[in-house]
Amino acid sequence: MQFLSYLINGISLGSVYALIALGYTMVYGIAKMLNFAHGDVIMIGSYVVFFAFGSAGMNPVLAIVLSMVVCTVLGVTIERVAYRPLREAPSLAVLITAIGVSYLLQQVAQLAWSSNPKSFTSVVSGMKPISLFDGQLTISAETVVTIIACVIIMVALIWFVNHTSAGHAMQAVSEDRGAAQLMGVNVNATISLTFAIGSALAAVAGALLCSSYPTLQPTTGAMPGIKAFVAAVFGGIGSIPGAFLGGILLGIIENLSKAYISTQLSDAIVFLVLVVVLIVKPTGLLGKKVNVKV
Amino acid sequence: MGEMLSVKNINVFYGSIHAIKDVSFHVNEGEIVTLIGANGAGKTTTMHAISGLLKLRSGEIDYCGQTISKMEPHKIIRLGLAQVPEGRRVFSGLTVQQNLQMGAYTRRDGKEAIQNDFDMVFDLLPRLKERRNQPAGTLSGGEQQMLAMGRALMCKPKMLLLDEPSMGLSPLLVKEIFRIIRQVNRNGVTVLLVEQNAKMALEIANRAYVLETGTIKMEGEATELANNIEVRKAYLGCE
Repeated sequence: MQFLSYLINGISLGSVYALIALGYTMVYGIAKMLNFAHGDVIMIGSYVVFFAFGSAGMNPVLAIVLSMVVCTVLGVTIERVAYRPLREAPSLAVLITAIGVSYLLQQVAQLAWSSNPKSFTSVVSGMKPISLFDGQLTISAETVVTIIACVIIMVALIWFVNHTSAGHAMQAVSEDRGAAQLMGVNVNATISLTFAIGSALAAVAGALLCSSYPTLQPTTGAMPGIKAFVAAVFGGIGSIPGAFLGGILLGIIENLSKAYISTQLSDAIVFLVLVVVLIVKPTGLLGKKVNVKV
Repeated sequence: MGEMLSVKNINVFYGSIHAIKDVSFHVNEGEIVTLIGANGAGKTTTMHAISGLLKLRSGEIDYCGQTISKMEPHKIIRLGLAQVPEGRRVFSGLTVQQNLQMGAYTRRDGKEAIQNDFDMVFDLLPRLKERRNQPAGTLSGGEQQMLAMGRALMCKPKMLLLDEPSMGLSPLLVKEIFRIIRQVNRNGVTVLLVEQNAKMALEIANRAYVLETGTIKMEGEATELANNIEVRKAYLGCE
């Protein structure tokens, strides 16, 4: 029974990683860059929810929607101002810029809201935990809501990518930017849309993450950001189902190693698994083999 | 028969390499014009410049009375100027059907009109119909070439740029591709064809230009060039 509880909590944590990993993997697939500022967008989103819901007493759903709007604007602006001018630049320049943006967001948050941790009120604090097997297994409302939110978002996103014209355009740009342009796809608009979706999901992930782990500070986004990046690589970067699978597995591995091996070593184990997977399958679990036809 | 596309004294650079030097040519409405030349002559660069994928250092490109040389690629295609790029570049993860749908990405003239063009493309290229639900990556080279052409036709182009459509295909398929190009042209689409297979290209073209290391070396009626002694030596393998 205890194992089941660890497993479910792992899936829940993994769902958050999956939501963040989607932002990494979609941006990588379409813009061919690693947006290391993604984790910090989550942190900003969490602050928005903290102030709107926790301090001002706004309806939690409205607070999350507000946070999604703020993060979308932020993500699109970051792309427009910091990354777009570097579209033709070497990828290393873009990577360094992304790291720069990441620190910029953390420092701005520190100036604005100080580095003192804030105690985040769970967005589902009104809901009761679910009790199963005569109370032997208790699942918190946060856990349930997180998993359900993740599944809904996942299904919606896969549907969007496979069944809408904008989704097809995203796939086309991700495969061959030049050929997509020849079809009349506006690449800049497609990249903006990708950042918008990724950042909106980051806002949701932030609210869910801080509801389960209620300490909010300017560095809150950094570690989950890195782990979600690991999840994206683990599942096969560029692949949406890969990000989902990678995120969930990572959450489970992390939680089970915390429970059965060592709390301190759990992060080390997570990264060790990544190394092993990459040695065995360098493209990640669901990563596509790059076929180069000459 | 007015001038549909005019390329005027264009210069294109790759970094410090001067790839296209003061090139001028034009294509009249309804024609098939071919641009022949060896590897590295600048044929693909010229095509990319027309479609807006590469910026000009100087010069101008006009299409249907509009200057397009400063336009973005996704706007140029909306004017009915489509390109079948070198190496086919189909979207291998999408199905045949989805690839064709991508070709119609810019169209806003309703499902029915698009469906008509699906039928038209499947009529012209029946192999695609059989394989419509297959990922494009699983097609053979010849089928991918046909898909690339079908995809370009799905945007209802007035003019089609074809970059090395015969590359890497068997002689039988090359013949088939050229037959299709002729058919497309008869249906009212103006064609600019870039080819290394000069023999076949000169056979179907009205006029031709010879491109050599970034400059136009010769131009004229296709039949005239096919009989030109220099062209025969350099591009047709005749003594």
